[in-house]
Order: sequence, then C-alpha cells, then structure tokens
Amino acid sequence: MLTFIGRRVLYMIPTLFAISVVAFAIIQAPPGDYLSTLVAKLQAEGEQVSRDELQALEARYGLDEPFHGQYWKWISGIMFRADFGQSFQWNRPVTDLIAEALPLTIVLSVTTLLVTWLIAFPIGLYSAVRQYSVADYVATTVGFLGLAIPNFMIALGLMYFMHSAFGMSVTGLFSPEYRDAPWNLGKLLDLAGHLWVPVLILGTAGTAGLIRVLRANLLDELKKPYVVAARARGMGERRLVVKYPVRVAMNPFISTVGWVLPALISGEVIVASILSLPTTGPLLLNALRSQDMYLAGSIILIVSVLTVIGTLLSDVLLAWLDPRVRLGYR
Amino acid sequence: MPPPNERDPLLEISGLRTHFSTREGTVKAVDGASLTVPRATTVCVVGESGCGKSVTARSVLGLIDHPGKIVAGEIRWHRTDREPLDLAALSPTGPELRSIRGREIAMVFQEPMASLSPMYTVGDQLMEAIRLHKEVTKDEARSMALDLLRRVGIPRPEQRFGAYSFQLSGGMCQRIMIAIALACDPALLIADEPTTALDVTTQARIIDLLRDIQAETGMSMLFITHDLGVVAEIADEVVVMYLGTVVERGGVDEIFHDAKHPYTKALLGSIPRMGAGTRQRLTTIRGNVPHPSDRPSGCPFHPRCGDAVPGLCDVEEPPEVVFGPARSARCVLHAMERSVR
Amino acid sequence: MTNATRSERTGKQSAPQWRLVWWKFRQHRLAMAGALVTLLIYLVALFAEFLAPVSTGTFDPEYTYAPPQRLHLVDTSDGWDLGLHVYGYEQHRDPDSLEPSYTVDESRTIEIGLFVKGEEYDLFGLIPWDRHLIGPKTAGDPFYLLGADRNGRDLLSRIIHGTRVSMTIGLVGVTFSFFLGVVLGGISGYIGGRADLVIQRLVEFFMSIPSIPLWLGLAAALPQTWGPVQRYFAITVILAMIGWTDLARVVRGRFLSLRGEDFVTSAHLDGCTRPRVIFGHMLPSFTSHLIASVTLSIPAMILAETALSFLGLGLQAPVVSWGVLLQEAQNVRVLATAPWLMLPGLAVIVAVLSLNFAGDGLRDAADPYKK
Repeated sequence: MLTFIGRRVLYMIPTLFAISVVAFAIIQAPPGDYLSTLVAKLQAEGEQVSRDELQALEARYGLDEPFHGQYWKWISGIMFRADFGQSFQWNRPVTDLIAEALPLTIVLSVTTLLVTWLIAFPIGLYSAVRQYSVADYVATTVGFLGLAIPNFMIALGLMYFMHSAFGMSVTGLFSPEYRDAPWNLGKLLDLAGHLWVPVLILGTAGTAGLIRVLRANLLDELKKPYVVAARARGMGERRLVVKYPVRVAMNPFISTVGWVLPALISGEVIVASILSLPTTGPLLLNALRSQDMYLAGSIILIVSVLTVIGTLLSDVLLAWLDPRVRLGYR
Repeated sequence: MPPPNERDPLLEISGLRTHFSTREGTVKAVDGASLTVPRATTVCVVGESGCGKSVTARSVLGLIDHPGKIVAGEIRWHRTDREPLDLAALSPTGPELRSIRGREIAMVFQEPMASLSPMYTVGDQLMEAIRLHKEVTKDEARSMALDLLRRVGIPRPEQRFGAYSFQLSGGMCQRIMIAIALACDPALLIADEPTTALDVTTQARIIDLLRDIQAETGMSMLFITHDLGVVAEIADEVVVMYLGTVVERGGVDEIFHDAKHPYTKALLGSIPRMGAGTRQRLTTIRGNVPHPSDRPSGCPFHPRCGDAVPGLCDVEEPPEVVFGPARSARCVLHAMERSVR
Repeated sequence: MTNATRSERTGKQSAPQWRLVWWKFRQHRLAMAGALVTLLIYLVALFAEFLAPVSTGTFDPEYTYAPPQRLHLVDTSDGWDLGLHVYGYEQHRDPDSLEPSYTVDESRTIEIGLFVKGEEYDLFGLIPWDRHLIGPKTAGDPFYLLGADRNGRDLLSRIIHGTRVSMTIGLVGVTFSFFLGVVLGGISGYIGGRADLVIQRLVEFFMSIPSIPLWLGLAAALPQTWGPVQRYFAITVILAMIGWTDLARVVRGRFLSLRGEDFVTSAHLDGCTRPRVIFGHMLPSFTSHLIASVTLSIPAMILAETALSFLGLGLQAPVVSWGVLLQEAQNVRVLATAPWLMLPGLAVIVAVLSLNFAGDGLRDAADPYKK
C-alpha cells in the first residue's frame, strides 16, 4: 500500500510541474509586462513611481532575467514563503485574497461531490437492479437532460424562477447581516441555508454522469459468473447485490472523482459568477478581465493543484477498496 | 454393481422445458428433457455446445438468467425422510430454493476465476458459504474453512486463505470453488463443465479430486461435459443430449460399447482411440448444430443423421424406446426393431 | 476481409459494413431524431441570412426589451381575413425608472409575408439577394417573434445567425482535436513504449486540470487587438487543445486491440508499408467508432464555447454566437424584464441533446455485430 502511494505521489510531480509552467505562462502571456501595467495604473491614479521603487519591484519579480529565471523566482516564492505576488487590482497580496475565497470554494466543491454521490448512488443502483422499470426510464431520461443542459442555464433558470415565483433572491452565500461577521453557529447555519442552491446546480451534471456510469457498470457486474456462483450457494438477493456487484461498481464512483472534481471546479467559475458567490471563480474571472495576472495565474495554479491532489486521494481510496489495484494486478 | 436407479432416485427431471423469449423469437434451450440421478451415483450429461446441458443443470437450482424461464416439467428432489419437492415449481428468488442452494445441492462452474469475486479473499467467500447455512461463530467457520481447503488438496491453506482469486491459478480457484461447494455436505453436486477452462494436467487432477470426494462422501454428482474422455473417467451413468432433449441414456459401459442412438454413435466415432492404428479414420458429424430457435421438425437430429428415414424421421417425433432400467434411446430405428421383433 | 468472415459467422450475408451500421442506426428512433434535428440545425446555419428576418445589427431603439409577438393566421378585427399577421405594441414608460413596458395594440395589424423583400445580403457570401423566409410586408415594421434585446434587436434573427458560429465552432474545433487525437493516439497505440508513456502522461495532465479556468486563462491571454476571425480561430484552437484527449484515448485503445489482430499481421506479412497498414487497414476498421466519438465531442465544444463567451472571454460582439447572446442574460433584473433572453440557451440544449442522441446511436451502431 505504501509503495503504491509513493508511486502515485512520484507520478504527480511532473503533473504539478507542468501545471505551474502553464500557470506562469498565462501570467506572462498578456502583452506588456506586469510592471508596466502597474506603473500605468499608478500613474493613471495620479501617483508617481520613483526610480527606487521601480528597481525594487524589478528585483522582486526578476523582470530583468530570462523566462526560467523569472519562473524560478515566482515558484520559489510560492513554495518557500507562500508568496504568490501582488494583485494590482486589489493592491493586496494574492495570498490574502486567495485565503479568503479558497475555503468557500473547497466547502462548495466537497459538499457538491458528497451530495452528488448521495443522490447518484441509490438512483443508479435502483436503475440497474430494476432495469427497464419506469423509474429506470425516468432516471435515464433525467440523466440525459442533466448532461445536456449547461449548468449556467440551470442557474439562470432557477434564479429567474425563484425571483418571479417567490420574489426570492438565490444569490450569494451569506445573508447581508452575516457577510462580514466572524464565524459562529448562526453564520454556519446561514451558509447552509444558501449553499444548497449552488450545490444543486453544480451537482446536476455530475449526478447525471455518475448515474449513467454506475448503471452501466452494475449491469455488467450483475451478469458476472461470481454473482451466479454466490446465488448458487444460497445467498439472498439483496445481500448478494450489495456485497458483490455493488462493491465492484463502487470503483468508478471513486475513480471518477478524477473527472468530477475538475468539472466541478470548472462549473464553479460560471455558476459562482452568476450567483455572485464569494469564491475563487468570480475572483478569477475579474482578475482575467482586468488582466490582474498574478492573481489569475495563482488561482489557476492552486485550483489545479487541489484537483490533482483530490485525484490522488481518490486513487488511494480506490487502492484501499480494490485489492486488484492495491496489489498491482490492473 | 446393482442398478440402484429406479429404486432410489435423488433427483428426477421429467419433461423439463426451459425457454428464452427473445425479440427474435422463443429459443427452446431445453425442450422436454428427462433424466434421473440416483443416490451415490455420478451421472454425466454430454452433448455438443448449445444442446441445453448447462441450462438443464442451472434449471435445477433456478439459476436461469433473464429472459429464460422454466415453462413446463418437474424437477423432483427426494430428501431423506421427507416428501419429494418439485424444484421447478418454486420461485427462483424465494426462500425455499435459497435454503436448498448450497446446503442440499451445490454447484461448481466452468470459469473458476470469474466465479470468485476479486474484491474479497477466497477465505472470506468460503467462510460466507459456511455461515450462510450453519450457525457457527467466525472462528469455527474459519477452522472449518481451513479443513475444507486441506480436503480439496490445497497446500499451505493458512496462506491461501488470505489470497485473492486473481493471485491464484485456475486449478487452484477451481479447488476453492469445490471447497465452497462442499461446505455444507450437499447430497448432490452439480458440476457444470468444471474442467473446460483448465489445462489438461490440471483437468485430470480436478477430475480425480471430484471422483475421490464423491466416493468418500457418497454424494451424487450431476456432471456436465462435452468431453467423452472425462465421461469415461468419472461417470456411472451417461445422458446424451441433443438440441434440448435427451436422446439416449444408459450405464457408462453400455453407452461406450453398445450405443443405440445414431447421434451417440457419431459422437463416439469422432474421438480418437489408442491402439486403433494409424489407419484409423475419425468421422465427423456433418453440418452444425442448428440454432435452438429453428429446430428441425420430427427428430431434431435427422438432417445430420446417416440413417435417417425420409418421410418418417423428418415428420414424427421419435418415441422413447426403453431397453431396461435407466437405459433408453429416442430413435425410430429401435422402435421399428422392437415392433419387428 | 474481416467483414466477410464476420458476416458469415453471424449469418448476415456480405452487406458492406457501412450498410450494416446504417441498418442498426435506423432502428434507433431517438438517434434518428437526433440526427435529423442536427441536420436541420446545420441547414439553419447554412441559410441563416435567408431564414432570419433581419441582420444581426439591425436595431430599433423604440422597441428595447419588446416582448415576443404572437403570430396569427386569421384576422377577425373586421370580418374574417386570412393572412399571417402580428399586432403592434403600445409602449408605456415607467415615470421613475423610465423602463419601458409593452401591451399588445390590436388596432395595429402588421402583415407578415413569406419570401418577403427585406434587407439585402449575399447568400453564402456570393449570391446577392434580398428575400427572407419570413418578415413584415412593409420593411421596418416591428416584428419580434422571440422578443427584442436591450437595443431593440430581433432575438430570433440573432439566434439564427448565432447558429452559424456556435455550430461551426464545434465542427472546426473537432477537426483540430480529431487531427491531434488521431495522430497522438495513433502514435501512442501503434508504436507504444516510451512514446506511449509520454503521451499518456500528457493526456492525464490535460484531463486532471479543471478546463474552464485554463480556457479562461488562455483566452484572456489573447491580444485584445485581434479581429473577430483571428479570435474565432484562436478560441477553436484553445478548445481543441483540451478536447483532443478523449479522442486520443479512443484511438489508442483501438490501435492496441487491433495490433494483435490476424488481418493486421497478415497485412504486415504481405509486405504492406507501415502507413499503408495504418491508413489502409487499421483506421478503416474503426471509422464508425471514430465518427461516433467525434459526434459525441462536438457538443462538448459547443458547451465550452458558450461558457467562454457567456463569461465574456470567448467570442465578442459584434460576432454573434449563442454564448455571446446569453451574455445579455446575466443578472436577475434583466431576466425579470426580458426572460426571453434565455432562449439562446434553449437552442444550445436542443443542439447538444440531438448531437448526443445521434452520437450515442452511432456508437451503438458502430458495432453492428454486437447484440
């Protein structure tokens, strides 16, 4: 098991490196370097930038160095000092901005993932065990629709519906009175009261996909000889299904975290901007619109790294659950 | 050996019809098969692939996959000191049949690897088989399981106990499946081509094992195979099936030395014999087994039969001609012989 | 050769593979419906100028956020008159917010005709013409079957014109990713070894990072000075760069399983060159699978473009795509006054659903021997 985890962690390193290079390339991509943008902005605000300040900034970002030198400055700052650079749009360290938004993104994504599982599992199971039943057809149809409707359309539709039918606003994660309040039970409950909307919207596509995967896998597994063999030794139907095929069909559930998680983070960007949630999505979008590249690149970096770590965790979980993976037979 | 046959039957299948209704039409996989398994006897069912032998075996335990169904016939199960029970009338998902599966009738399958779940250790699945029908603690079940592993000739059972199916060879897996089948000392063991997927030497060892266990426990065995060599090794009695019906049955020597049905003769003619010399010619049966959905009229074998009588074999269902206890054949040739005599 | 042996086995005598696929596909009702709708949508894209009553830029500040009109066939205002028509609007302005609201003005009948003379355009960019499938008989009369946006532009016309960009971006993007996918997947599956390892890591890399943030980052990095055409291609390339991975996996899997097939070995033994084996023998044997995968990856591209444009980082006005149109429908206040602005989303859903159905049907039909 330990060697397995070790090997997976080793595999992760090139991926992480590649992600950091892409993120840095995005930071570097806009025409004109960061400094001239900053100077232009400061001057537009009527501030003068002294030569000393300019040189200090140049040294800090290593602007006189070649690409790899600048990259090294940037990445070592992140790795050793958690210094992601400065957001000129907010005039604050990127680290602080991300520290505010990221926990909510993580809460949102993890909650959505769990809710997705909770909904998809029983439906997929029922759909497979009672294949061609009415409920199976309903689940399959809903699954198809869930995959075809982009989640921002669901967000728009729901927003319009709640507004026109109940005069209710479904935006934000907190009520105004809690927005800047310190964390307490009330704020937590308030969050829970708001969280269900984005969770529901973000979860549709993933739920639909998972139901399809689980149903297909379970249908395969239910025909396997070991199911007949277990039946032949006198096992009850219900116990049999739960103990054998479901255990195997659980695999894709866990391994799909690998694609559900990136999709969630992707969807979060759009849905969060529509619902104006204080998460990383809208922050990224604003940063990109105003070419605040250190902020944007850092968010892309962090979000991608978290996804890769999430995938790693799912791999480890899979190995723990499936002896074939753990013992390297597949 | 006195013929125990009609006196002491354990399992009697009569007029069994198991049909699969598919979109293309009804497939009559088993269409009026009858056979008897006496106590402490090994009965081999032989036939080409697609003749319905596996479906017959599975029908006994109600293990027919959707859309298959037993539509007619009886499967009488004779228990000691109790009234015989018709297994065909029981619900395939009901508790009665479930309590018989594994406890009174056990089954061993064709693909030993795939018959074990890769998610649990073989020991776990073996213990499960014990605890399903016996009220024992985990520790007791474990020691019973280890005994069973020893009995089926698995070396170092403590070590194998914690192994997964994919870590073991096919032969080893089949031994474990046999151990699982023996867990509750069944009165009947159904073996559905248990050696087909194994290589020849392993095959021989598994056959030896099954024969020894049968002799030792006195259970009966319903052995499904297409391999006449295996039949010669293990059978007391033989049932020959063709296209869902039983065409001939008899003792193993009677079948091998005095086959009555043209199909049985053709099957025997297609296996090579030692010492027959280099000039021996193997005969093949012409044509292929027709698909069960388009069964020929009359005798199902007539299009491939060398002795078919036109105007008779392709029209009339051949009668069952009884030659003695547990000895019969379904062929008009013998019916005519009888009437002439 | 494989066809012949296979069809003997299944008893379907020697029909060419494509016909078997077609037979199987035809039985799949939903897939047929999906294919038909897809075809219709592409026809709309082709004849957009003719089908749309007006061009994308035509606006009328008199009718900002005008609601959809109902199309009537029978005029009962005086007597009984047969003829397509809509009614005009009566506009009221909120004295405080100055926001307009409309009621139907039944006294004003606007006659609608088919094949009416309207704005001039060049069909396919070549043939100058001025006929439109449907429109007001008097050019310039208000005609908003699906309502108007904040500049008083006809939403129906804009959706029809948007079809072209949205649907072709899927096609062009898939062409790019098809090329990348087949080449890289082919190398990975056919050559194997170290090349396979590197390409597989690359695929995993692209699959493991969240796509939208990456797309956004790349799209934001495009120079602002680029024109619509450059931007269009840049966006397709960005979409394709991430979309090729699925195809590469399909191709790789196929090559891996085909490598050991007898007909490939015999082609090698017959002295076929490597490219000949790959393009003459291996690729054709799974063309139908490829087509199915391609069909299934078009909707993903369409959704991605819509998302990018919706967020304002994809295509930009004056280019019209469904995503660009949806940009208008971003906040609840606009939605409350003009919910019809969500209609381009409906177009997206219909297109994606029908492509999905068609693709699923194709995938099932791609293996006509499988039951």
